[in-house]
Order: sequence, then structure tokens, then C-alpha cells
Amino acid sequence: MKSAKDNYELLEGSQAIARTIKNLEPAVISAYPITPQTHIVEILAKYKADGLVNCEYVRAESEFAAASIVLGASAAGARVYSATSSQGLLLMTEVIFNIAGMRLPVVMTCANRSVSAPINIWNDHSDVMAIRDTGWILLFAANHQEAVDQHVLAYKLAEKLNLPVMVNVDGFIITHSYESVIIPELSLIKKYLPDYNPLLGTYLNPDAPVTLGAFFTPDYYQEARQTLHQDLLASQTVIKEEYKLYKKLSARQEAGMAKPAIDNGLIEYYGPKKPNLILVALGSVIGTIQETIKSENIGLLKIKTYRPFPGEEIAKILSSAKNVAVIEKAISLGNMGPLYSDIRGALTKNNRLNISNHIVGLGGRDVTKKIIKGIIKSASGRANEAKFWG
Amino acid sequence: MEYQNKFISPGHNACAGCGQLVATQAVMRGLNKDTIIANATGCLEVTTTSYPQSAWGLPWIHSLFENAAAVASGILAALNKKGDVKTKVVVQAGDGGTYDIGFGLISGMWERGENILYICYDTEAYSNTGIQASGSTPYGASTTTSPEGLKSIGSTQRKKDMLAVALAHKLNYVAQSTAGFPDDITNKVKKALALNGPSYIQILSPCMPGWKINNNEAVMVGKLAVRTGLYPLLEYVNGQLSNSSIKNNFQALAVEEYLSQQGRFKHLKPEAVKYIQDLAEENIKRHKL
Repeated sequence: MKSAKDNYELLEGSQAIARTIKNLEPAVISAYPITPQTHIVEILAKYKADGLVNCEYVRAESEFAAASIVLGASAAGARVYSATSSQGLLLMTEVIFNIAGMRLPVVMTCANRSVSAPINIWNDHSDVMAIRDTGWILLFAANHQEAVDQHVLAYKLAEKLNLPVMVNVDGFIITHSYESVIIPELSLIKKYLPDYNPLLGTYLNPDAPVTLGAFFTPDYYQEARQTLHQDLLASQTVIKEEYKLYKKLSARQEAGMAKPAIDNGLIEYYGPKKPNLILVALGSVIGTIQETIKSENIGLLKIKTYRPFPGEEIAKILSSAKNVAVIEKAISLGNMGPLYSDIRGALTKNNRLNISNHIVGLGGRDVTKKIIKGIIKSASGRANEAKFWG
Repeated sequence: MEYQNKFISPGHNACAGCGQLVATQAVMRGLNKDTIIANATGCLEVTTTSYPQSAWGLPWIHSLFENAAAVASGILAALNKKGDVKTKVVVQAGDGGTYDIGFGLISGMWERGENILYICYDTEAYSNTGIQASGSTPYGASTTTSPEGLKSIGSTQRKKDMLAVALAHKLNYVAQSTAGFPDDITNKVKKALALNGPSYIQILSPCMPGWKINNNEAVMVGKLAVRTGLYPLLEYVNGQLSNSSIKNNFQALAVEEYLSQQGRFKHLKPEAVKYIQDLAEENIKRHKL
């Protein structure tokens, strides 16, 4: 048996994602180019041109169309894929709501980027935060390997739960940088992810006609939305199970990496049981934070599943600390950071915590170790306003 | 007529005597069971799918107002991947979804040259939201957002020429019909599907509340639209105007005959009627009626 070490390749994030999508064999891909998502869909188009993938690749004339095309294909029983960023995601928004409301297992990558105005093509999380309430499972990758693995998990979750899943990868920081990564082999994917064969009578097929997207009066609408909400909340159990199963099957133990105290697909926690301070974050900034933390008294909570929001798990961990600093690359203008607000909402039973909110890296501003050190220094105390760094 | 249409059942919630439903029945008679329908938001969707009921006997999907064309592209891609060449994909939308909000996505679908039949039920206004003007609203029509008044004759825009737009995309089949000629609609649907390739059929569908006509007048008004030359029964096969159905039903009646039946034009002065007559003459000349 080959050791994991032998399978590592040095790949650009976009290439790693495209290679993984190729192995996941979607039947229909549709996308529209936008920086920094472009490399992913270019590579997939080349695979199609070279006969390396056996799928329909539909060139769309806008992100709105691309999302609608994968919606239609998914409703006709096909495994689908799309990718976008920033303005593209905003243009898709109406379809994004619709896909979740129709319970279609669409999987999409969002190469996270700021939103205009002012126009800026670099990374932050403003795009995904605009669609956080649409009913999608939102996963966040901290590095290339997580990005790759989360796409495999995404299809399993989507097709098992009839919920759409978006894998968020930081634009440029993940999409355009090189890291050593293991691409899940076809044999592993086959073992983990069954072929997608939805039941006759649940998708568009002349042999069993169904009406999809019907008109709901006040007598029925609320139940439909409540069911979606409840199913999304309940998906946390399945996310944990599927994450565990995938870890077992991939049998990958990265040498030399710090081992988290908690690692369940929803969150990862690194640090002592009763820390003085816990830093909380989403996405690639986790790496910088890990590199910066020197004290044994500081914990790090990495949120990998942002929707459904694992409030209970988060509250349990944070309650053991004295201080909490939420570091995020988005701001709910006129309020606080969205992650901060979510965490405050989950902490209703624990008011003794000093919790502060730190906004970093908007529009691609570098998040340096110096900034993280500054946050650590200032984090003992309660703040009622989000503090901007950098 | 003893006829049971298994693809659209009675018991939907459309207005009694609705011109669009007359047209829809005729479209359904032209389809076979191996069909998937992508429907835009609008009267047709609202009146036929009030959950948990549905009037549709074919696989049918409604996503949004403006994206039925792209949804259809996705359905076709899924069928292509499965190697299913038997199942036809049909889009149904109103004029708001076609002329206005869905315009760009229709162009995208046509560019891709996909084998999809697009049907526009043209009520010449946003009927579902209460008769607001669309890009299809004809000159002089009073709508709730182009009302006639002391300083307005109603809509001052000319109806957009969607057939020309369709022809510019080099579609295999482009046709126009009205709810006044149901058999013509059915024949055109069958012909479009037999031709294989992108096709567009636009059907004038008189709307009783919108046009302010009585509930026994939709078919009659649909016939008058054809006979006055305002909405001729046209058909283009591979870009060429065909002679199949135009001339038989054209009688060169004055547009007044058509306009005077409808409350939406009742305010028009002779000057405006003259302008509309000129539009009809232009049609007659252009299509050699």
C-alpha cells in the first residue's frame, strides 16, 4: 500500500478543485467566467475538449443563466456543477434561493471575492454572506486539501439530503496559490459516493410526470419554508457522519500537522480545555492564525460548516473560555460582522463571555501575523463595535 | 367537441373564457407524452399549479419569471447526457417573460442552437400582476402603467418585433398565431417539433380583464387580429416566409373592427386609429398578405 505521502501533488487550488470535480463526474456543468473563479471552469472546459470528462458543458451567457441551467438539469435528474464569485453570485441570488426552495442537490464552488462598489476583484467573504439565508449548506475550506475534500462531501450531502451545497474557497489565496494536496482517486469516490439515480417520480421524466415549482398559497407556504429550515438544521448529524466516513475511507493522516481536539466536519477546535482566549474564524485566514498563536492559553475555533450554523457546538466550546475574538472578512454594514452576530445569537445562555469582533482582509487586504497578534492583545474585553484591522 | 386533453386538465383557476388557456389547450394537442415543459412565472403557472393540485399531465417545472429558457437548456443537457433523443423540451412564457425580463436568456438559448420549442403566450401586457405595460404592449393600448388620460393616449411605444429577433438568431422555425385559430396553433406546434431545432411560436392570447372584453369574445377578437393584418398567421421555415396559413384567414378588415371590440383602445381618436391602420398596412405589405 502506498503511503499518503506518495500521492501528494503540488497543485494550484483551482486545478485541484477541477481535478476533483472531474473525478466526481457531474453530468452537466454550466458556468460563466468571473475572476477569481475562472481557472476552475477553464480547466473543466479543457477536460471536456480533450475528452477527459463525459459531461455536457453548457456555455451560459450570464451567471443567472448558468445557475438556471444547472437548476434545470438537476430537476431532470442529473448531477450538476457550477462555480462563481462575487458579482456573479449576487446576480445568481434569485436562482440560489429557488434551487434551495426546490430542494435540488446542486453543488457549486464560490471563489470568495469582495462585492462592488468600489469594484475590487480580491478576496473577502462579502459575496457568500449575502446568500447565507437562502437554504444552502455552506462549507468553508481553510486550505487546498479541505477545498478538495469538501467537494466530495458536498455531493454526498446534496444527494443524500436533497439540499444544495456551496463550497467556499478564498479567491486567489486558495484558487491561485500552490499547495501540496492529495486528489481523491476515482476508486475512493466510487466507494464513498453512489451514482446519482434519483427515484422516478421525483424528477422530470415523461414516464412519471411531476409538477415542480408549484404555486403555494398562505395555506402551504410556511410549512414548506419551515421544513427546509428544519431539514437544514437536522443535516448537521449527517454532515458529521459523512465527514467521519470520508475520513475513514480516505485514511489520510497528515504528518506534522497539529491535531485538533475536536474535528467533526462542522467545526475544528485546537487548544486547551479552558483557554483564556479563543479566536474564531472561517476560511484560509485560519492558517495565518495557526502560525501566529504561540501561547498555550489560546484556542482556535475553525468553522467549516457555516450553514447550518452549528450554534450548539460553538457555544459549548466558547463557554469554556474567558475571552472570544471573532475574526472575519465581512461586515453587515450598519451592524457587526455576520459571524459575530451568529455567535452572539448562539451564546444566549452565557453572558459572562467577553466577545469582540474584528474585521480583516476586506477586498484582499493582507491579513498579517502582526494583525493577528494585535487582535490577541486587544481581545480581553467586551466590544460593542466591530474593529477594523490592517 | 368531444375531446379530452390529458396534458392540461380542466379545473384550473384561469378566468372563464381565457384566451391563453384556449391557446394552451391547442398547444397541448400538438404535443406527445414524451415532453418536458419549463414554464415561466405568470398567469399560466399561477392558475394551473395551486399546490397541492396541478392541471398538468406532462412533466412540468416552474422556476422563476425570467429563466424558463435557461432551465429548458439545463433539462435538455440532462437528456442529452442520458442519450434521450425522444423527449422534447418546450418552454411556455408570457410576453413579459419573453419580450422583457427573460429576453437575454432567450437569446442565450437560441445562440446555443438547442432543440427547444419556445412558446410565448402574448397577452400584450403583464396580465398576472394587473395589466401593466410590457415591451409587447401595442401602440395606443391603455394599461395600468400606460394609462390613457388627458395627456396620454396610453402606450406610446410600438410593439417590439420579437419574430424578427427570433429570425435574427437563425431559428429553424418561427411562427405566429392567435387564440382565434386553435387548429393553426396545433399544426404549428407539430411542425416545429418535427423540424428538430430551435423554434419560436408566438400566440396572441386575448386577456379579458386586460383587454376589457367579454368572456365569450377571446376567440372572436383573436380572429379579428388576424383578419385586420395586425397579427397575421405567419410562419418562417429556415428563415423563409411560408405560404401555409397566412392568406386563407386574412380579409383586410379595417383595424377599427378589432380595436372597437376592446376597452383598452376605446379612448383612441381617429388620428391614432389611422396610425394603427398604417401599422397593419405595413404588415400586409411586408408579408404580402
